[in-house]
Amino acid sequence: MNFKTIITTIAVLGTGITLAACQMDAYQAPNPNGSELWSGYKTATAETRAMQDDDFANPGMPMVDSAAALYNKKDGEANMSCADCHGAVDDPKGGSKGLPMKGVSARYPVYDADTKKPINVELRINKCRTKYQKAKEYKYESDAMLGMTGLIALQSRGIPMMSTADNPSDELNAAWKAGEAFYYERRGQLNMSCKHCHEDHQGELIRAEVLSQGQSNGFPTYRLKWSKLGSLHRRFRGCNGNIRAEPYGYGSDEYLNLETYLAWRGRGLPMEGPSVRK
Amino acid sequence: MANKPRVKLPKSAKAGEIVQIKTLASHDMETGNRKDKKGNKIPRLILNKFSCSFKGEELFGATMHPSVSANPYIAFSITAKESGTYDFTWTDDNGEVTKVSQDMSVS
Repeated sequence: MNFKTIITTIAVLGTGITLAACQMDAYQAPNPNGSELWSGYKTATAETRAMQDDDFANPGMPMVDSAAALYNKKDGEANMSCADCHGAVDDPKGGSKGLPMKGVSARYPVYDADTKKPINVELRINKCRTKYQKAKEYKYESDAMLGMTGLIALQSRGIPMMSTADNPSDELNAAWKAGEAFYYERRGQLNMSCKHCHEDHQGELIRAEVLSQGQSNGFPTYRLKWSKLGSLHRRFRGCNGNIRAEPYGYGSDEYLNLETYLAWRGRGLPMEGPSVRK
Repeated sequence: MANKPRVKLPKSAKAGEIVQIKTLASHDMETGNRKDKKGNKIPRLILNKFSCSFKGEELFGATMHPSVSANPYIAFSITAKESGTYDFTWTDDNGEVTKVSQDMSVS
Protein backbone atom coordinates (compact mmCIF):
# COMPACT_ATOMS: atom_id res chain seq x y z
CA MET A 1 0.00 0.00 0.00
CA ASN A 2 1.56 3.24 -1.10
CA PHE A 3 1.04 6.63 0.47
CA LYS A 4 -1.62 7.73 -2.06
CA THR A 5 -3.85 4.71 -1.39
CA ILE A 6 -3.69 5.34 2.35
CA ILE A 7 -4.81 8.93 1.85
CA THR A 8 -7.70 7.76 -0.38
CA THR A 9 -8.70 5.12 2.16
CA ILE A 10 -8.77 7.69 4.94
CA ALA A 11 -10.76 10.03 2.77
CA VAL A 12 -13.30 7.30 1.93
CA LEU A 13 -13.55 6.30 5.58
CA GLY A 14 -13.96 9.94 6.50
CA THR A 15 -16.83 10.35 4.07
CA GLY A 16 -18.42 7.23 5.49
CA ILE A 17 -18.21 8.58 9.02
CA THR A 18 -19.65 11.94 7.96
CA LEU A 19 -22.51 10.17 6.20
CA ALA A 20 -23.22 8.06 9.26
CA ALA A 21 -23.17 11.16 11.41
CA CYS A 22 -25.63 12.84 9.06
CA GLN A 23 -27.95 9.87 9.30
CA MET A 24 -27.72 9.98 13.09
CA ASP A 25 -28.56 13.69 13.01
CA ALA A 26 -31.59 12.95 10.90
CA TYR A 27 -32.62 10.28 13.37
CA GLN A 28 -32.25 12.57 16.34
CA ALA A 29 -34.40 15.28 14.84
CA PRO A 30 -37.59 13.48 13.82
CA ASN A 31 -40.23 15.01 11.64
CA PRO A 32 -42.28 17.37 13.84
CA ASN A 33 -45.39 15.65 12.53
CA GLY A 34 -44.41 12.28 14.01
CA SER A 35 -43.89 9.09 12.06
CA GLU A 36 -46.70 9.60 9.56
CA LEU A 37 -48.06 12.54 7.59
CA TRP A 38 -51.85 12.54 7.46
CA SER A 39 -54.74 14.89 6.79
CA GLY A 40 -58.17 15.04 8.42
CA TYR A 41 -59.46 12.80 5.64
CA LYS A 42 -57.98 9.83 7.52
CA THR A 43 -60.15 10.29 10.59
CA ALA A 44 -63.28 11.55 8.81
CA THR A 45 -66.35 9.32 8.84
CA ALA A 46 -67.14 7.21 5.78
CA GLU A 47 -70.08 9.51 4.93
CA THR A 48 -67.93 12.64 5.02
CA ARG A 49 -65.27 10.97 2.90
CA ALA A 50 -67.88 9.91 0.36
CA MET A 51 -68.98 13.55 0.07
CA GLN A 52 -65.41 14.63 -0.63
CA ASP A 53 -64.69 11.78 -3.04
CA ASP A 54 -67.65 12.60 -5.27
CA ASP A 55 -67.14 16.09 -6.67
CA PHE A 56 -70.81 16.28 -7.44
CA ALA A 57 -71.93 15.61 -3.89
CA ASN A 58 -69.30 17.95 -2.45
CA PRO A 59 -71.46 20.78 -1.08
CA GLY A 60 -68.66 23.31 -1.52
CA MET A 61 -68.80 22.89 -5.27
CA PRO A 62 -71.78 25.17 -6.14
CA MET A 63 -69.69 28.06 -4.82
CA VAL A 64 -66.78 26.89 -6.97
CA ASP A 65 -69.12 26.75 -9.99
CA SER A 66 -70.10 30.38 -9.40
CA ALA A 67 -66.43 31.31 -9.16
CA ALA A 68 -65.75 29.58 -12.47
CA ALA A 69 -68.20 32.02 -14.05
CA LEU A 70 -66.46 34.94 -12.28
CA TYR A 71 -63.10 33.69 -13.55
CA ASN A 72 -64.22 34.22 -17.16
CA LYS A 73 -66.11 37.45 -16.49
CA LYS A 74 -64.48 40.73 -17.48
CA ASP A 75 -64.27 43.03 -14.49
CA GLY A 76 -62.82 46.32 -13.30
CA GLU A 77 -61.70 49.44 -15.12
CA ALA A 78 -59.21 47.40 -17.15
CA ASN A 79 -62.12 45.24 -18.33
CA MET A 80 -60.09 42.06 -17.96
CA SER A 81 -61.00 38.60 -16.77
CA CYS A 82 -58.72 36.12 -15.01
CA ALA A 83 -58.81 34.05 -18.20
CA ASP A 84 -57.30 36.93 -20.23
CA CYS A 85 -53.95 36.36 -18.52
CA HIS A 86 -54.15 32.80 -17.25
CA GLY A 87 -56.12 31.08 -20.00
CA ALA A 88 -58.80 28.55 -19.13
CA VAL A 89 -58.59 27.60 -15.48
CA ASP A 90 -57.69 23.98 -16.25
CA ASP A 91 -55.27 24.87 -19.09
CA PRO A 92 -51.92 23.30 -18.10
CA LYS A 93 -50.09 25.84 -20.29
CA GLY A 94 -51.82 28.78 -18.62
CA GLY A 95 -52.84 30.71 -21.71
CA SER A 96 -50.59 32.83 -23.92
CA LYS A 97 -48.65 34.26 -20.97
CA GLY A 98 -47.87 30.85 -19.50
CA LEU A 99 -49.42 31.41 -16.07
CA PRO A 100 -51.21 28.15 -15.30
CA MET A 101 -53.40 27.69 -12.22
CA LYS A 102 -52.25 24.11 -11.86
CA GLY A 103 -50.06 23.64 -8.80
CA VAL A 104 -50.57 27.19 -7.52
CA SER A 105 -52.24 26.17 -4.26
CA ALA A 106 -49.59 23.53 -3.62
CA ARG A 107 -46.83 26.11 -4.02
CA TYR A 108 -48.34 28.98 -2.06
CA PRO A 109 -47.73 30.94 0.15
CA VAL A 110 -44.81 32.51 -1.73
CA TYR A 111 -42.66 35.57 -1.13
CA ASP A 112 -44.07 38.90 -2.25
CA ALA A 113 -41.26 41.28 -3.17
CA ASP A 114 -43.56 44.32 -2.95
CA THR A 115 -44.56 43.85 0.67
CA LYS A 116 -41.49 41.75 1.64
CA LYS A 117 -43.91 39.32 3.28
CA PRO A 118 -45.47 35.96 2.40
CA ILE A 119 -48.52 36.18 0.16
CA ASN A 120 -51.21 33.52 0.07
CA VAL A 121 -53.70 32.69 -2.65
CA GLU A 122 -56.41 34.95 -1.21
CA LEU A 123 -54.17 38.02 -1.07
CA ARG A 124 -52.72 37.16 -4.46
CA ILE A 125 -56.22 37.15 -5.99
CA ASN A 126 -56.83 40.59 -4.51
CA LYS A 127 -53.46 41.81 -5.75
CA CYS A 128 -54.41 40.69 -9.28
CA ARG A 129 -57.77 42.42 -8.91
CA THR A 130 -56.35 45.77 -7.85
CA LYS A 131 -53.17 45.75 -9.91
CA TYR A 132 -54.32 44.31 -13.23
CA GLN A 133 -58.11 44.29 -13.32
CA LYS A 134 -58.29 47.61 -11.42
CA ALA A 135 -61.34 46.23 -9.68
CA LYS A 136 -62.51 46.20 -6.08
CA GLU A 137 -60.90 43.66 -3.77
CA TYR A 138 -62.94 40.68 -2.67
CA LYS A 139 -63.63 40.57 1.05
CA TYR A 140 -61.47 37.88 2.63
CA GLU A 141 -64.24 35.50 3.70
CA SER A 142 -66.76 36.40 0.99
CA ASP A 143 -68.44 33.80 -1.21
CA ALA A 144 -66.58 35.07 -4.29
CA MET A 145 -63.19 34.77 -2.57
CA LEU A 146 -63.92 31.32 -1.12
CA GLY A 147 -65.21 30.06 -4.44
CA MET A 148 -62.19 31.44 -6.29
CA THR A 149 -59.67 29.91 -3.87
CA GLY A 150 -61.65 26.66 -4.11
CA LEU A 151 -61.51 26.79 -7.90
CA ILE A 152 -57.74 27.34 -7.81
CA ALA A 153 -57.21 24.64 -5.16
CA LEU A 154 -59.17 22.23 -7.37
CA GLN A 155 -56.51 22.62 -10.08
CA SER A 156 -53.88 21.33 -7.63
CA ARG A 157 -55.74 18.21 -6.52
CA GLY A 158 -53.30 15.41 -5.74
CA ILE A 159 -50.20 17.56 -6.21
CA PRO A 160 -47.96 17.35 -3.12
CA MET A 161 -47.57 20.50 -1.06
CA MET A 162 -44.13 21.94 -1.44
CA SER A 163 -42.04 24.29 0.66
CA THR A 164 -38.35 24.94 1.16
CA ALA A 165 -38.92 27.75 3.64
CA ASP A 166 -36.75 26.05 6.29
CA ASN A 167 -33.71 26.70 4.10
CA PRO A 168 -31.87 29.81 5.44
CA SER A 169 -31.34 31.02 1.87
CA ASP A 170 -35.08 30.90 1.13
CA GLU A 171 -36.78 34.29 0.98
CA LEU A 172 -39.56 32.98 3.20
CA ASN A 173 -37.17 31.83 5.91
CA ALA A 174 -37.85 34.79 8.23
CA ALA A 175 -41.60 34.21 7.97
CA TRP A 176 -41.07 30.49 8.47
CA LYS A 177 -39.13 31.14 11.67
CA ALA A 178 -41.82 33.51 12.94
CA GLY A 179 -44.45 30.92 12.06
CA GLU A 180 -42.57 28.23 13.94
CA ALA A 181 -42.30 30.48 16.98
CA PHE A 182 -46.06 31.13 16.76
CA TYR A 183 -46.73 27.39 16.55
CA TYR A 184 -44.83 26.61 19.74
CA GLU A 185 -45.85 29.72 21.68
CA ARG A 186 -48.40 29.35 24.46
CA ARG A 187 -51.35 31.71 24.21
CA GLY A 188 -54.84 32.40 25.50
CA GLN A 189 -56.46 31.77 28.89
CA LEU A 190 -55.92 28.04 28.43
CA ASN A 191 -52.23 28.77 27.87
CA MET A 192 -51.86 26.30 25.04
CA SER A 193 -49.83 26.30 21.84
CA CYS A 194 -50.67 24.63 18.52
CA LYS A 195 -48.18 21.92 19.43
CA HIS A 196 -50.07 20.75 22.50
CA CYS A 197 -52.97 19.46 20.43
CA HIS A 198 -51.64 18.89 16.95
CA GLU A 199 -48.21 17.47 17.76
CA ASP A 200 -48.46 15.87 21.20
CA HIS A 201 -52.00 14.52 20.99
CA GLN A 202 -52.71 14.17 17.27
CA GLY A 203 -55.12 11.35 16.49
CA GLU A 204 -56.37 11.27 20.09
CA LEU A 205 -59.79 12.28 21.30
CA ILE A 206 -60.60 15.72 22.69
CA ARG A 207 -64.04 14.95 24.10
CA ALA A 208 -65.81 13.45 21.07
CA GLU A 209 -63.55 14.96 18.40
CA VAL A 210 -60.39 13.47 16.95
CA LEU A 211 -57.49 15.90 17.04
CA SER A 212 -56.02 16.37 13.59
CA GLN A 213 -52.41 16.88 12.68
CA GLY A 214 -53.33 20.45 11.80
CA GLN A 215 -52.44 20.22 8.14
CA SER A 216 -53.47 22.88 5.65
CA ASN A 217 -53.69 20.78 2.47
CA GLY A 218 -57.51 20.60 2.34
CA PHE A 219 -58.31 24.32 2.42
CA PRO A 220 -60.61 25.95 1.55
CA THR A 221 -62.64 23.28 3.25
CA TYR A 222 -66.38 22.73 3.45
CA ARG A 223 -67.11 22.22 7.12
CA LEU A 224 -70.51 20.75 7.86
CA LYS A 225 -70.56 22.92 11.00
CA TRP A 226 -70.04 26.08 8.95
CA SER A 227 -72.29 24.73 6.16
CA LYS A 228 -70.11 26.59 3.64
CA LEU A 229 -66.54 26.74 2.46
CA GLY A 230 -64.12 28.35 4.89
CA SER A 231 -60.58 29.63 4.62
CA LEU A 232 -57.52 28.49 6.54
CA HIS A 233 -57.49 31.77 8.44
CA ARG A 234 -61.05 31.17 9.59
CA ARG A 235 -59.86 27.84 10.99
CA PHE A 236 -56.94 29.59 12.72
CA ARG A 237 -59.37 32.07 14.26
CA GLY A 238 -61.58 29.22 15.44
CA CYS A 239 -58.62 27.43 17.01
CA ASN A 240 -57.40 30.60 18.72
CA GLY A 241 -60.90 31.29 20.03
CA ASN A 242 -61.18 27.76 21.41
CA ILE A 243 -58.12 28.21 23.57
CA ARG A 244 -59.55 31.59 24.61
CA ALA A 245 -56.98 33.69 22.86
CA GLU A 246 -57.77 36.84 20.91
CA PRO A 247 -57.86 35.76 17.25
CA TYR A 248 -55.83 37.74 14.73
CA GLY A 249 -57.39 39.25 11.62
CA TYR A 250 -57.95 37.60 8.26
CA GLY A 251 -54.78 37.92 6.21
CA SER A 252 -52.80 39.21 9.20
CA ASP A 253 -49.01 38.87 9.30
CA GLU A 254 -49.20 36.37 12.19
CA TYR A 255 -51.47 34.04 10.25
CA LEU A 256 -49.48 34.44 7.01
CA ASN A 257 -46.35 33.37 8.88
CA LEU A 258 -48.20 30.42 10.39
CA GLU A 259 -49.56 29.47 6.97
CA THR A 260 -45.99 29.52 5.62
CA TYR A 261 -44.85 27.28 8.46
CA LEU A 262 -47.77 24.85 8.03
CA ALA A 263 -47.06 24.54 4.30
CA TRP A 264 -43.58 23.35 5.30
CA ARG A 265 -44.91 20.93 7.92
CA GLY A 266 -47.31 19.47 5.39
CA ARG A 267 -44.83 19.25 2.48
CA GLY A 268 -45.44 16.03 0.59
CA LEU A 269 -49.14 15.77 1.48
CA PRO A 270 -51.32 15.72 -1.64
CA MET A 271 -53.69 18.68 -2.01
CA GLU A 272 -57.34 17.87 -1.32
CA GLY A 273 -59.09 21.21 -1.65
CA PRO A 274 -61.93 21.88 -1.56
CA SER A 275 -62.24 19.13 1.03
CA VAL A 276 -65.18 18.18 3.26
CA ARG A 277 -64.83 17.94 7.01
CA LYS A 278 -67.06 17.62 10.03
CA MET B 1 -80.45 31.18 -4.85
CA ALA B 2 -77.04 32.82 -5.17
CA ASN B 3 -75.35 29.79 -6.66
CA LYS B 4 -76.96 27.78 -9.42
CA PRO B 5 -78.03 24.29 -8.28
CA ARG B 6 -76.12 21.37 -9.73
CA VAL B 7 -77.93 18.62 -11.60
CA LYS B 8 -76.39 15.47 -12.96
CA LEU B 9 -78.29 13.19 -15.26
CA PRO B 10 -76.93 10.99 -18.06
CA LYS B 11 -76.78 12.60 -21.51
CA SER B 12 -78.24 9.48 -23.08
CA ALA B 13 -79.96 6.30 -21.92
CA LYS B 14 -81.69 3.26 -23.36
CA ALA B 15 -85.48 3.07 -23.22
CA GLY B 16 -86.60 1.32 -20.05
CA GLU B 17 -83.24 1.82 -18.38
CA ILE B 18 -83.22 2.97 -14.76
CA VAL B 19 -81.06 6.08 -14.47
CA GLN B 20 -79.88 7.88 -11.39
CA ILE B 21 -80.29 11.63 -11.08
CA LYS B 22 -78.34 13.67 -8.55
CA THR B 23 -79.15 17.22 -7.50
CA LEU B 24 -77.40 19.61 -5.15
CA ALA B 25 -78.94 22.94 -4.27
CA SER B 26 -77.06 25.69 -2.51
CA HIS B 27 -79.20 27.13 0.29
CA ASP B 28 -78.83 28.20 3.93
CA MET B 29 -82.04 26.38 5.00
CA GLU B 30 -82.64 28.82 7.86
CA THR B 31 -84.78 26.86 10.33
CA GLY B 32 -86.55 29.77 12.02
CA ASN B 33 -85.38 28.56 15.44
CA ARG B 34 -82.14 30.50 15.57
CA LYS B 35 -81.68 33.94 17.04
CA ASP B 36 -79.40 36.71 15.88
CA LYS B 37 -76.91 38.55 18.12
CA LYS B 38 -79.63 40.90 19.43
CA GLY B 39 -81.87 37.97 20.40
CA ASN B 40 -84.41 38.42 17.61
CA LYS B 41 -85.63 35.31 15.85
CA ILE B 42 -84.26 34.83 12.36
CA PRO B 43 -87.29 34.11 10.19
CA ARG B 44 -87.58 30.70 8.62
CA LEU B 45 -86.38 30.49 5.03
CA ILE B 46 -85.98 27.01 3.64
CA LEU B 47 -86.50 25.28 0.35
CA ASN B 48 -89.76 23.52 1.07
CA LYS B 49 -90.39 21.81 -2.23
CA PHE B 50 -88.38 20.01 -4.86
CA SER B 51 -89.77 18.62 -8.06
CA CYS B 52 -88.49 16.87 -11.15
CA SER B 53 -90.86 16.98 -14.09
CA PHE B 54 -90.96 15.96 -17.71
CA LYS B 55 -93.33 17.71 -20.15
CA GLY B 56 -95.31 19.10 -17.24
CA GLU B 57 -95.76 15.73 -15.54
CA GLU B 58 -94.11 15.33 -12.14
CA LEU B 59 -91.79 12.31 -12.01
CA PHE B 60 -90.39 12.84 -8.55
CA GLY B 61 -91.20 15.31 -5.81
CA ALA B 62 -90.15 16.03 -2.26
CA THR B 63 -91.50 18.20 0.53
CA MET B 64 -88.80 19.45 2.85
CA HIS B 65 -89.06 20.57 6.45
CA PRO B 66 -86.80 22.62 8.74
CA SER B 67 -84.66 19.68 9.85
CA VAL B 68 -83.21 19.22 6.37
CA SER B 69 -79.62 20.42 6.48
CA ALA B 70 -78.16 23.28 4.47
CA ASN B 71 -77.38 22.67 0.79
CA PRO B 72 -79.81 19.75 0.34
CA TYR B 73 -78.55 16.90 -1.81
CA ILE B 74 -81.29 14.80 -3.40
CA ALA B 75 -80.58 11.71 -5.47
CA PHE B 76 -83.25 9.48 -6.99
CA SER B 77 -83.85 7.08 -9.86
CA ILE B 78 -86.28 7.24 -12.75
CA THR B 79 -87.07 4.99 -15.67
CA ALA B 80 -85.98 6.55 -18.95
CA LYS B 81 -88.85 6.56 -21.45
CA GLU B 82 -88.63 9.51 -23.84
CA SER B 83 -86.03 11.96 -25.08
CA GLY B 84 -86.54 15.53 -24.00
CA THR B 85 -85.96 18.20 -21.41
CA TYR B 86 -86.18 17.40 -17.75
CA ASP B 87 -87.08 20.30 -15.47
CA PHE B 88 -85.96 20.58 -11.86
CA THR B 89 -87.48 23.18 -9.57
CA TRP B 90 -86.84 24.26 -6.00
CA THR B 91 -89.35 26.46 -4.20
CA ASP B 92 -88.46 28.44 -1.08
CA ASP B 93 -90.67 29.88 1.67
CA ASN B 94 -90.91 33.25 -0.11
CA GLY B 95 -92.29 31.49 -3.16
CA GLU B 96 -89.10 32.05 -5.15
CA VAL B 97 -88.66 29.28 -7.71
CA THR B 98 -85.28 28.23 -9.05
CA LYS B 99 -85.42 26.19 -12.20
CA VAL B 100 -82.78 24.13 -13.97
CA SER B 101 -83.43 22.21 -17.18
CA GLN B 102 -81.35 19.49 -18.76
CA ASP B 103 -81.75 17.29 -21.80
CA MET B 104 -81.51 13.51 -21.96
CA SER B 105 -81.81 11.51 -25.16
CA VAL B 106 -83.44 8.11 -24.90
CA SER B 107 -82.93 5.54 -27.63
